[in-house]
Amino acid sequence: MSQTGTIGDKLFRSVLLIAAASILVIVAAILYMMVQNSLPTIERFGVGFLTGREWKPAQEEFGALPFIYGTLASSIIALVLSIPISLGVAIYMVEQAPKKLARPIAFLIELLAAIPSVVYGLWGIFVLAPFIRDYLGVFLQDYFGWLPFFQGRLTGIGMLTGGIILALMITPIITSVVRDVLEAVPTTQREAALALGATEWETTRIVLGNAASGIAGAVVLGLGRAIGETMAITMVIGNSAQISISLFEPANTIASLLASNFAEATDKIYMSALIEIGLVLFLVTFVVNALAKLLILKVASGTNSAKHA
Amino acid sequence: MQSKISISNLDFYYGKTQALFDISMEIPERQVVAFIGPSGCGKSTFLRTLNRMNDTIPIARAEGVVKIDGENIYAPGTDVVALRRKVGMVFQKSNPFPKSIFENVAYGIRINGLHKNKADLQERVEKALRDAALLNEVKDRLNSSAFGLSGGQQQRLCIARALAVQPEVILMDEPASALDPIATQKIEELVVELKKQYSIVIVTHNMQQASRVSDKTAFFMLGKLIEFNPTQKMFTNPDERLTEDYITGRFG
Ligand SMILES: Nc1ncnc2c1ncn2[C@@H]1O[C@H](COP(=O)(O)OP(=O)(O)OP(=O)(O)O)[C@@H](O)[C@H]1O
Ligand SMILES: [Mg+2]
Repeated sequence: MSQTGTIGDKLFRSVLLIAAASILVIVAAILYMMVQNSLPTIERFGVGFLTGREWKPAQEEFGALPFIYGTLASSIIALVLSIPISLGVAIYMVEQAPKKLARPIAFLIELLAAIPSVVYGLWGIFVLAPFIRDYLGVFLQDYFGWLPFFQGRLTGIGMLTGGIILALMITPIITSVVRDVLEAVPTTQREAALALGATEWETTRIVLGNAASGIAGAVVLGLGRAIGETMAITMVIGNSAQISISLFEPANTIASLLASNFAEATDKIYMSALIEIGLVLFLVTFVVNALAKLLILKVASGTNSAKHA
Repeated sequence: MQSKISISNLDFYYGKTQALFDISMEIPERQVVAFIGPSGCGKSTFLRTLNRMNDTIPIARAEGVVKIDGENIYAPGTDVVALRRKVGMVFQKSNPFPKSIFENVAYGIRINGLHKNKADLQERVEKALRDAALLNEVKDRLNSSAFGLSGGQQQRLCIARALAVQPEVILMDEPASALDPIATQKIEELVVELKKQYSIVIVTHNMQQASRVSDKTAFFMLGKLIEFNPTQKMFTNPDERLTEDYITGRFG
C-alpha cells in the first residue's frame, strides 16, 4: 500500500485496516474463549470425549460420538439427495433454459434460500414427518426393508427426516453456486466441443469438466451449511443420543444438542462439555468452508479451467 | 473445379438486425478461400453459418440455402451433429479442453467412435498431431496438460483436434491473430499443406496472409459480399473500386 496522500486518506486507511483486523481478532477471541472454557473436559476426558458413546450429564459422563455421527450422517444424506437435484437444476438453467425461464427459476431459488430455518422445521414436523411415517417410510420398508437402513419403528421423526430437511435447505445454495460456476465456463469451450460433433450431453460434460473444482466447492459449501444447521434439524431429528444404522431412528447432531441443552447446563463440567463439542463444530465448519472457498476460487481464477496462454 | 459448398441468397439476422444480405457464393473443393473485410462486416457470422454454429445464439436466424455436397444444411431434419463433424472449425483464440494433449485430440475421435481399438486411437491422435505439424514438439509429453503449451502450439493443437475427426471442410476464424509472426508463419504453412486434403475457409484481417495462403478471396462490407475472385486478381486488379480501396488501405 502506498503511503502517499492527505491526512484524510491516511485516516481513512487506518479505519479500514482496523475494521479488517477486527475480524481476525474476533475469530481469535472466539477460539480462545472456547478453548479456555472447555479446558475442564479436555483435561478430564482427553480423546475419550470424541470417541465415547455415552452422554449422561447427570453422571458426568460425556461421549460426543453420537452427535458427531449424527451430524455427519444427516449431512451426508442431505448431500446425496441434494447433489443430483442441484446439478440438474443448475445445468438446466445455464445450458438449456431460455433466458425468460432461467431468471424466474434463479429468483425462486434465492427465495428458497431466504426462508428462515424454523419455517423449514415446522414444515418438517407437520408435512414431511407424517408423509414419511405414512407413505415414504412404508414404501421403503416394503421394498427395501431388507436393508438395515430401513428397519425399525416408523415415527416420522428421525435421521431420514432430518437429512431430507437439510437437503432442502442446502439445495438452493449449491444450485446457485454451481450456476455461477457453470456460467464462468467460457463459451469457447462449448463451441469447441460442438464443432467436433459433440451432442448436447457431450458438450455439457465438457462444461462440467471445466467446472469440476468449482462444483466440488459448491458441494463442500453445502456440506458446511448442513453441518452447522441447527433449528430445523432440532425440530425433526428426534434429539436422541444414539448411533443407529436405521435411518428411521431418532438421532441428534452437535448443533441441535447445543441449541436444546445450553439453558439447562448449570454445572461447570456440563458447560465445558457443551463448549468443547461446540469447538469441534467450529473447527469442522471452519475447515470445510475454507476448503469450499479455495475450490471455488480455483475456477474463478481459471487455474483449472480453460485459460488462454 | 467442383464446388464443395454452395451458398445462395443467404440472409442472416440477429433478432431484428440483419447481419448478412443476400449472399451467394461457391466454395471450391480442396482450395483455400479467404474472407476479408472491415471489422463487424459479418465475416465470422458468415463463417459460422457454414457449420450452423450460430444455432447456439437464440436470437439468430438464417434464411436462404447453404448446400454442402449438394445437401441443404438448413433443411429441416438436418443432423447438425453430423454436419459439424464434416465441417470442422478452428477459433480465433485457441480453446483446448482442460485435459492432456493426447485427450484433447482423442476427444473428437472418442465421441464419434472413429477408432477400432486403443492402438488405433493412439495412431489417429499421432497422425492428427503430425498433420498439424505439432507431433515433434509434443511427442514426449502427450499426457501433460494442454495448457502447458505456448499460444501457437495450443492453436496447432486445436487444429489437430479438428483434423482428428476427419472433416472435409475446415473453417478458421482468424486462427493466427493472437500469435507472433513465427507462430503465424507455421499456421500459414500448415494451411497451404492442409488444402491437399481439405477445403478450407479462413477469415483474416491480414492482407498479406490472405494473399499468401488463399486461392480465392471474398471481400465483405456491411454484411454484403462485395467481390469474390481468385486471390491473384483481387490483389492486383480487383473488379470493384471498394475492394481496391480496402486492400490498398484507403479506408477501414
Ligand atoms: N451474438 C450476436 N448478437 C447480436 N449481434 C451480433 C452478434 N455477433 C455479432 N453481431 C453483430 O453482427 C455484425 C457482424 O459481426 P461479425 O462478428 O460477424 O463481424 P466480423 O466481420 O467477424 O468482425 P471482426 O473482424 O471484428 O471479427 C456486427 O455488427 C456485430 O455487432
Ligand atoms: Mg470475426
